[in-house]
Amino acid sequence: MVAKRIIPCLDVKGGRTVKGINFVGLRDVGDPVELGRRYSDEGADELVFLDISATQEERGTFASLVSRIAENISIPFTVGGGISSIDDAARLLDAGADKVSVNSAAIRNPELIDSIASRYGSQFIVIAIDARQVDGRWLATTHGGTRPSDKELFSWAKEAQDRGAGELLFTSMDHDGTRAGYPLETYARLADELSIPVIASGGAGNIGHIAEVLTIGRADAALAASIFHSGEIPIPELKKELLKCKIPVRI
Amino acid sequence: MIAIVDYATGNIRSVINALGRIGAKDVVLTSDPALIASAERVILPGVGDASESMAALKASGLDECVKSLKQPVLGICVGMQLMCRHSEEGNVDCMGIFDCDVRRFVPQPGLKIPHMGWNSIADLRTPLFDGISEGAFVYYVHSFRPDLCDDTICRTEHGGEFSGALAHGNFYGTQFHPEKSGSIGEIILRNFIEKAL
Repeated sequence: MVAKRIIPCLDVKGGRTVKGINFVGLRDVGDPVELGRRYSDEGADELVFLDISATQEERGTFASLVSRIAENISIPFTVGGGISSIDDAARLLDAGADKVSVNSAAIRNPELIDSIASRYGSQFIVIAIDARQVDGRWLATTHGGTRPSDKELFSWAKEAQDRGAGELLFTSMDHDGTRAGYPLETYARLADELSIPVIASGGAGNIGHIAEVLTIGRADAALAASIFHSGEIPIPELKKELLKCKIPVRI
Repeated sequence: MIAIVDYATGNIRSVINALGRIGAKDVVLTSDPALIASAERVILPGVGDASESMAALKASGLDECVKSLKQPVLGICVGMQLMCRHSEEGNVDCMGIFDCDVRRFVPQPGLKIPHMGWNSIADLRTPLFDGISEGAFVYYVHSFRPDLCDDTICRTEHGGEFSGALAHGNFYGTQFHPEKSGSIGEIILRNFIEKAL
């Protein structure tokens, strides 16, 4: 049986990790390679590195960082942030990324999914959707949740799957940062309607929330940033607890 | 010397990186049959479509070269599939080293295809798995899988059981990616390089 995956997400700017990261006993926490290795040693099943660079120069740094990550980390990793063309994806593949995640650019140009999938395979492309509820409908947003789009979550997710996306990373902008848990029914419906794996992101405040989204929400993986970076929920402890709830995880 | 067979398929960087991490010396990426034949170990990687990969291997005459090898050979993912009899992906005849066929996962309710992520291996045989416990997790990404057969050296369950790895004489193959399977994968690669196989 495929194990449920636990995925820490690192925000990277100009080759350094940003956001407060508070590992006990780790003084320099700015190096994404070191952090990735640390998470990998602790039992993370996969890593996501998001490029939040604002300038071209910083973006160049990110590509060389990706090759260093590929050399040093023995688990799969996904890179995302600002990928808007097949050339962007190709550069990251050449640097050693296992997958790329696309978000805003796919909403602007859905054919980007087809072209990446047909050239490199569905396993290489993750569709990321940030959505919020408007009058009872889930609508996708772009640019980190700041701009609304006319794409409805379920139909857009299905379309992305049909175009060749190999996984869905869904973040509820209504829950992200609240630490109050995930929209479980929405995840369960996504699991029912899609055949590709669903990664839950945004909203976890405790281990119980993660257990719920992997069972009631039927998600295949849970991605989080701050609860791991803060050291609040160590991955080994999280996995031990999930195992106690009879959730299959890799120990 | 460890030769990685270069037949212009997919991304082999992760295999080279993994060999670097376990301290393997003298790793060569080559399509030269003489050089491949002289290596102590040979790795046949593979990512992408089986029929296209098989065509690329044949076009360079490397299928005959691989079949004639006497030293330990390890096929990874599609590289392993090419060492089976036949693949449903593109309906292609392969090298026929392992005594089984490669078939698409049969869709069934709740079964995710591609089979992607960490899954456990059972019934471990051969020194390739020395030091690895039953039920260890390895990383898979694939939509086609080899049947169980006499050459099966570990089994994995995903909508039924299939061969997670195969061995026949000096030939070994893993459907999973040891180069992406954390410390377990590194033990498997080290076993392949260091053990008498």
